[in-house]
Amino acid sequence: MTIVGTSGLVLNEKLLFEHSDPGRKGYSLPKLDVPAARLADDLCRKEISGFPELSEVDVVRHFTRLSTWNYGVDSGFYPLGSCTMKYNPKVNEVAARIPGLASVHPATPSHLAQGSLELMYRLQGALAEISGFAKVTLQPAAGAQGEFAGMLVIRAWHEARGSKRSKVLIPATAHGTNPATASLTGYDVVPIASDGVLTLEEVEAHMNDDVAALMVTNPNTLGLFETNIEAICKLVHERGGMVYCDGANLNALMGIARPGDMGIDVMHFNLHKTFSTPHGGGGPGSGPVGVTEELIPYLPGPGVELDGENYRIESTKADSVGRMMAFHGNVGVMVRAYAYIRSMGPSGLKHASEMAVLNANYVRARLEGVYDLPYKSRSLHEVIFSDKDLEGDCHTLDVAKRLIDYGYHPPTIYFPLVVKGAIMIEPTETESQEVLDEFCDAMIAIAGEARDNPDLLHQAPVRSRVRRLDETTAARKPKLKWEKGA
Amino acid sequence: MRYIPHTTGDVTEMLERIGVASLGDLFVEVPESVRLKRPLDLPEEASETELLRELKALGVKNATAETHKSFLGGGAYHHFIPTVIDLLISRSEFYTAYTPYQPEISQGTLQAVFEFQTLICQLTGMDAANASMYDGASACAEAVLMAMRLTRRKRVLLSKALNPRYRAVVATYCRYLKMELIDVAVADDGRTDLEDLAAKLDDATAAVVAGYPNYFGVIEDVAALSEKAHEVGAKLITAVAEPVALGLLKSPGELGADIVAGDGQSFGLPLAFGGPYVGFFAVRQKDVRGMPGRLVGETTDLEGQRGFVLTLATREQHIRREKATSNICSNQGLCALMATIFMSLLGKQGLREMAEQNLAKAAYARQQLSAVKGFSLVFDGPAFNEFVVRSEAPVAEVLARLEGEGILAGIPLGEDYPELADCFLVCVTEQNQRAEIDALVAALQGGAA
Amino acid sequence: MEFPEELKYTEEHEWVMVEEELAVIGISDFAQDALGDVVFVELPEVGTVLEAGKAFGVVESVKAVSDIYAPISGTVEEINEDLIEAPEIINTSPYEDGWMIKIRMDDASEADKLMDAEAYQALIAEES
Repeated sequence: MTIVGTSGLVLNEKLLFEHSDPGRKGYSLPKLDVPAARLADDLCRKEISGFPELSEVDVVRHFTRLSTWNYGVDSGFYPLGSCTMKYNPKVNEVAARIPGLASVHPATPSHLAQGSLELMYRLQGALAEISGFAKVTLQPAAGAQGEFAGMLVIRAWHEARGSKRSKVLIPATAHGTNPATASLTGYDVVPIASDGVLTLEEVEAHMNDDVAALMVTNPNTLGLFETNIEAICKLVHERGGMVYCDGANLNALMGIARPGDMGIDVMHFNLHKTFSTPHGGGGPGSGPVGVTEELIPYLPGPGVELDGENYRIESTKADSVGRMMAFHGNVGVMVRAYAYIRSMGPSGLKHASEMAVLNANYVRARLEGVYDLPYKSRSLHEVIFSDKDLEGDCHTLDVAKRLIDYGYHPPTIYFPLVVKGAIMIEPTETESQEVLDEFCDAMIAIAGEARDNPDLLHQAPVRSRVRRLDETTAARKPKLKWEKGA
Repeated sequence: MRYIPHTTGDVTEMLERIGVASLGDLFVEVPESVRLKRPLDLPEEASETELLRELKALGVKNATAETHKSFLGGGAYHHFIPTVIDLLISRSEFYTAYTPYQPEISQGTLQAVFEFQTLICQLTGMDAANASMYDGASACAEAVLMAMRLTRRKRVLLSKALNPRYRAVVATYCRYLKMELIDVAVADDGRTDLEDLAAKLDDATAAVVAGYPNYFGVIEDVAALSEKAHEVGAKLITAVAEPVALGLLKSPGELGADIVAGDGQSFGLPLAFGGPYVGFFAVRQKDVRGMPGRLVGETTDLEGQRGFVLTLATREQHIRREKATSNICSNQGLCALMATIFMSLLGKQGLREMAEQNLAKAAYARQQLSAVKGFSLVFDGPAFNEFVVRSEAPVAEVLARLEGEGILAGIPLGEDYPELADCFLVCVTEQNQRAEIDALVAALQGGAA
Repeated sequence: MEFPEELKYTEEHEWVMVEEELAVIGISDFAQDALGDVVFVELPEVGTVLEAGKAFGVVESVKAVSDIYAPISGTVEEINEDLIEAPEIINTSPYEDGWMIKIRMDDASEADKLMDAEAYQALIAEES
């Protein structure tokens, strides 16, 4: 087995503020070609106390060194479950930087922003086709804001009917954003049990006339297709509710099945997951929302529409839930996602989903029996193991940390909450069989180490720039900024 | 497909190992009834050459500051973007990583966020800042929700001079939370009307929200606003859509703000038709545990080395679920990195110099425009780099005529402010050369003549 | 793990020590162990009226958060200020130095309904 992780020369680097030297400059501004102006003294500050003074070289070296302390998809395998860490195509980065697209002001009159509007219109259409929804809004900035937009739409639909329903059903396997979003929409959360997949009986038991919606994730966070989804949607509709789908796991289904065809009413997409846009160390993402015909009037706005041959920003609609963002959403992310969809084409997208599912099942086949597999039905894009069979008083956290020494980004751990010590692996389609084999070899070796030499796990990682960090002190005595002399 | 490495041989071998006969067998759990039985109706795949050709063709259909003389602002600003930024953020260790859940291999992101938090605190004069929000408008909405939680009150006073898009997003976020949003009038000088504010403030008021500078480019009297808000125990939220101004202006923290929400787009982010930008969010020390969003803190590792971790995570949705301070998960990390690099490069002197240039250019433009027949300045309060112009001729006609001369003269205000239907908002930054300003003035003069 | 005999316990893992009309309240050894290193405690202000069964405070570790419920109705007489600066006391001394609040009980007989050490140990044996 090849161990990918090794130790190289890693450079230390201070904080920006510790480099600062009064009088250094890292910028060049044009000469002022108009008379200087002054504001009243009482409006002005003396200086920005603490702001650094650095040369361009200082800054370049600083951030270059910091970058080497990171692990990204381009560094290696990053099987972070539910995050779809697929390869981020480089041409998409070039596309987003095309001058006309990158530097157009958001308040430019529509007739002078036809390029961006046309791209957005085409992307809306492509996402609607992929998901089977009647219309898509691109405005939400990320998945969680998409959820919020979607739940606002559902609530607006209810209120328009005079319905005062106050509760939302959320399975135990849901992402934390689901209950947080329901609260933000003014709903009370009713957690419902989900052992594997959601059963019709469980939904039926809770679906009464005070329930506005059910929030599901499909495939769910156990990597399983919600096999009862059609019957569940039918039941929820019969009892006057709506079904929201968290689309985080759409990467399993492109060209295979469409949430809109399953009876789901609203779904958000994560362009930074399914559609290959980079995760940026935490963002930006983009969280478009698709809805059925009936819900179109309530969509956040304004969106983009085609009027004859001209694209334009819609005027505000009376029933719309309103604006989610100051402008049109994360358009730069949309350009990348559009470039991805165009590069893949219809058969490429389907192939991506098939290979994503193949990869997850391959990892499962190789690790089943070494790690406990709590759910046995066929996995889709991700597979969940647990630390139940691990020896040597080793736990999921130890496996994760030891994987770092082997040169891998750990999977998502301790989620979903329904699996104790969960290890959630989502390989994505962009990893080759060789990479998966090396990773599985490492996972198997680690299980052996847990048995034979558990200290290797408890001490891990030893090859990273820093060792395990004291998170307890960080939370007890939070130090959230640099202070001079501190 | 070049992003997918599987050969036919690999697929066969992998299926065999899994123990299924075909790819179709992997989807057995997906009921036949919901399967898509046709190919997706999308255009066939484009090669790299075809794709870039298509997108460049779209790009040239847009007007930008390269093709037009642009005086558009209103919450998104055309500023100097140091070359260094794009090259540094193109290091894929930064942009292909995700949220730093595993601190041992994410110290680059974590330290940069810690630096961002510090810079935002220094800029705003506040005690603690988070790792970023989506944009200034959503940060402003989150600030309103936080004020509601801190005060356990439901009434919020929004200055009418606050960016109308920010006001709209606040309304969306508050839509179903049984809150009361009340407008505060604008005085003749373009600042929030303190008398109207005093009349509307009461002990049920959670927060007062005002822009700094406000939407009309006018510099609010933040000290007076905070004093009034604090008299009834309400929080003062200042929304900073143009943070370059803080290179020169007293910090909101120094003037008594309780929460500062804003947008960092001016700090090295391309206009990109509205995003991605980066919201920033800063609070007082005592309120840290009520903040939304991620926080990075300093700590040490097993060997005593300095390192950084995500901290105070119990506020967040993945732990506190329906009781979380916000539902935010992904933020605008890479954009925060861009702003961090920008602030590092400009530094103490550079940001001040840039702010002074903006002030001077706008002052020059204001002075020149005020002399043009048929146009007048609307507000006389102290201004930064934007100002409102009233036109005797219909605004739409004036703007359309100037477009014909290659000038994007400003944003018409009628849609958001019917009472200002004869006005438009002009923004002048350090990127507008004197010749451009003179051309704007000449073009306006041409129409009046 | 210790469960002093002289204390009463709740299903939510609080303990209560009754001293005439006053009740001292904290969380059990089992609860502190399950949470891990406690990093933060939020306690009510003196004078707050508590209702049995309702949350009165919060205890947090790095990756978990738990509400603390009032075992008995009453009015807060005193809070353990030491916990604000040094919440780790809850880990090192859950039953003594780690007490959280003292309340004046509305009805001391409510304490009789709580579990004794034996019943509580049976409960946690079932839970774990």
